[in-house]
Amino acid sequence: MTMFLTIAVVVLIFVVIFQIAKVSEYVSVLKGEEVSRKQSNKINGFLMAAFLVLGLVGVWYCNNLLFDKTLLAHDSASVEGARVDSMLWVTLAISGIAFIGTQALLFIFAYKYQEDANRKVVFFAHSTKLELIWTIIPAITLTILVVIGLRNWFLFTGEPPKNAMVVEVTGKQFGWIYRYPGKDGSFGKKYYKNIDNASNSLGLIWDDELAHDDIVMEQTVYLIKGKPVKLILGSRDVIHDVGLSHFRLKMDAVPGIPTTMWFTPKYTTKEMKEMTGNPNFVYEISCDQLCGNGHYSMKGIIEVIDQEEFDAVMAKQKPYYYTAFPEKDPSAAADTTVTAAVIKKIN
Amino acid sequence: MSHEAVLHGDAHGHDDHGHHEHHDTFLTKYVFSQDHKMIAKQFLITGMVWAVLGGLMSVLFRLQLGYPDSTFPFLEDLLGKWAKGGRITPEAYYALVTTHGTVLVFFVLTAGLSGTFANFLIPLQIGARDMASPFMNMLSYWFFFAASIVMLSSMFVETGPFSGGWVAYPPLSALGDASPGSKTGMDLWLISMSLFVVSSLLGGLNYIATILNMRTKGMSMTRLPLTIWALFFTAVLGVLSFPVLLSGFILLIFDRNFGTSFYLSDIFVNGVGALPNEGGSAILYQHLFWFLGHPEVYIILLPALGMVSEIISINSRKPIFGYMAMVGSLFAIAILAFLVWAHHMFVTGLNPFLGSVFVLLTLLIAVPSVIKVFNWLTTLWKGNIRFTPAMLFAIGFVSLFISGGLTGIWLGNSALDIHLHDTYFVVAHFHIVMGVASMFGMYAGIYHWFPKMYGKQLNNTLGYIHFWVTIAGAYMIFWPMHYEGLAGMPRRYYDFSIWESFKQFGELNKFISLVSMIVFMVQLSFLFNFFYSIFKGRKLIDPNPWKSNTLEWTAPIHPGHGNWVGEIPEVHRWAYDYGKDGVDFIPQTTPVGADESQH
Repeated sequence: MTMFLTIAVVVLIFVVIFQIAKVSEYVSVLKGEEVSRKQSNKINGFLMAAFLVLGLVGVWYCNNLLFDKTLLAHDSASVEGARVDSMLWVTLAISGIAFIGTQALLFIFAYKYQEDANRKVVFFAHSTKLELIWTIIPAITLTILVVIGLRNWFLFTGEPPKNAMVVEVTGKQFGWIYRYPGKDGSFGKKYYKNIDNASNSLGLIWDDELAHDDIVMEQTVYLIKGKPVKLILGSRDVIHDVGLSHFRLKMDAVPGIPTTMWFTPKYTTKEMKEMTGNPNFVYEISCDQLCGNGHYSMKGIIEVIDQEEFDAVMAKQKPYYYTAFPEKDPSAAADTTVTAAVIKKIN
Repeated sequence: MSHEAVLHGDAHGHDDHGHHEHHDTFLTKYVFSQDHKMIAKQFLITGMVWAVLGGLMSVLFRLQLGYPDSTFPFLEDLLGKWAKGGRITPEAYYALVTTHGTVLVFFVLTAGLSGTFANFLIPLQIGARDMASPFMNMLSYWFFFAASIVMLSSMFVETGPFSGGWVAYPPLSALGDASPGSKTGMDLWLISMSLFVVSSLLGGLNYIATILNMRTKGMSMTRLPLTIWALFFTAVLGVLSFPVLLSGFILLIFDRNFGTSFYLSDIFVNGVGALPNEGGSAILYQHLFWFLGHPEVYIILLPALGMVSEIISINSRKPIFGYMAMVGSLFAIAILAFLVWAHHMFVTGLNPFLGSVFVLLTLLIAVPSVIKVFNWLTTLWKGNIRFTPAMLFAIGFVSLFISGGLTGIWLGNSALDIHLHDTYFVVAHFHIVMGVASMFGMYAGIYHWFPKMYGKQLNNTLGYIHFWVTIAGAYMIFWPMHYEGLAGMPRRYYDFSIWESFKQFGELNKFISLVSMIVFMVQLSFLFNFFYSIFKGRKLIDPNPWKSNTLEWTAPIHPGHGNWVGEIPEVHRWAYDYGKDGVDFIPQTTPVGADESQH
């Protein structure tokens, strides 16, 4: 019924508008084309000025309403992200000035120079001086932005500090698999044809001894506050993207071509809960590259904790090798309790 | 006025003799026509059909985004299994998003925009009887038509249309097992797009040949209206970049059907197992795609830039400011268009040095863009502005071009892009600067040249309503999306409710969806105005209703195939002598007077 009513109302509005439009044509025939044209010219000229004013009020209103919902309301969660934020503010300032200036000129000119029978237009076809001004000023401004941008770009894409920990993140439809190198500090080799969902989700090559102490986790990955981390990204199937909005970074995860990113977490998850005033706050990894029908649900969690907490978490993990070969696990008896602890942590 | 009288007396007299189509049958006149004007109308109306379908798709997926928890029984009636229980499924959502993108970018804003105005305006504005090859021109439309049919049919296959995004990145687009949309739907998508590339090449070669070879006497390149310059660069971009896209598609077809590994390597698909393909690069496709993809943005934008320059000058009753700078900046944009493609790929693991070069070249585009904006502003300055609906849309275009162009500076700077890439900030950016702005350019063009196309007038009041609702609505839809992007909200998400970081925009999404429905309905009122006026609109009395200088208005009100009766007019000056020496306008066909001032 509501459906029917809505349609009826919409149709009615349409009909009314068409009638008004049709009537306006007849009126203009009666009044004389020129007179009615000039009248509507005045109305549109006024609307130009009104649009500028209302538009700027709208921009202000929208900002009041939404600013606190953006990431800018709080400090970046990574040391490097702070550079993104400051660059963002500089860019905002420059483009903001350009935006208001040019939009104001556009609509003010439209209003001010609307048709007037007494105005003699100026035949003004070019001016090298003016054109040079608006070529050179933007060129200089953009050079500044490029310099700031590239300094950050080379920092972000460059080598991470030497003390960085390394974690491998692998995307699959539709979730994330994390791997820590274990005690030896090196990842074992892997080959995608070894992948087996039950016991070898990454296709590790068990002949490679380096793989024996690698730790594999799903859902939640643990990082250490203040310690730079280098993520080595990959994908098992299609292209995914590790989106870390709170850290202001993202990077694609491509099958067959490893990519890397690094950053330094600045606040623990607990600290962020306080800063944002949101008790449910978690660092989320969002997949930012369309990867199939479950794309929107491809979520990972990053838990940033202190070094001590991290050590405690890691002490409870057992190498993935023992999942594949439970018979080789020296602590097989203690197995159930560890799993229970992991499950508790995840939840 | 005296100029006009001298010029058009002849056209009035011969109006009835202007038709040369006595031996034309219905089939050769309306269907397999080789008349550039009819082909233009075919492109326009096919483009409009696609615009309505594409717009409707966006309304449907906005329904999901705005009301993710509600069910709408009518959706199940409309979409069947794709909206079980009245809620669009993720499969359908991604199919709608993908088809909306593909259709709007290629079928509406490339074929519908370039196809219409290049076909209609090039011969009329340069003084030619038709295109260099009318037959090729006809083929161009029919390849587009075939592409349309194939694309349409892909929506009715069992596994659904392609649903991996309009950019169709492999491996997702290559593997039917990774997404049902990548099965038959994707094959049809690729066939349709390949036909489309052929169409656009046939058209583009024709446009270039016509502009270079068939200008009337006196029409030197520097006397060309800016529309023609813009359409010329558009055609060059298309001819040089579409073949690269086609090659990318052909490799993809091979990977999909013949077991090659151009884009595939190290893949394990759930439920299938490890694939044999090794050694390919998924990123290679992205290079091939964006080598077209970025010029494509300008293929969409340039015709609008040209038409807007023309319309602003005519309705300000002033010459366009900085004609040579306008041509130069079009040229600069066209060149740079080929050198910035990797700015779409900053987060693919691109070599950082290569990335830095693309940052520099990308931000360089801002310079010619700024030149254009200030030249338009200076054209308006001290003008005598007539707000025809076309002029309103041209001014709206400038506003949107500024708003969307400025956010390009954010996204083109790679260090910021790593944060904003693939968020709603990008959605806002490209919809404003490329989508809505070019649509405004297209509307401006339609309102301006409708009298030439059909010899009738559109209803102005409807035009005014159309403009004001659309520009206000466009800003209300896309402006707040910048904030969603600044919250990191990813695009192409079916539902945000499970995300702690992005679910705070529920109310806003509802608002955006609501506005988009209103804006969509107002576009329907434009369609009504358009088709109603073709049949019932007021007849055009003055063959030059906008008091314009360009050649198309010297042709009869209903030009036949061949455009001019008798000799093709000769050109003596550029197209922008408005307000010169106190004369309102001096058509290009008027010889330069002895006492006329130099400019």
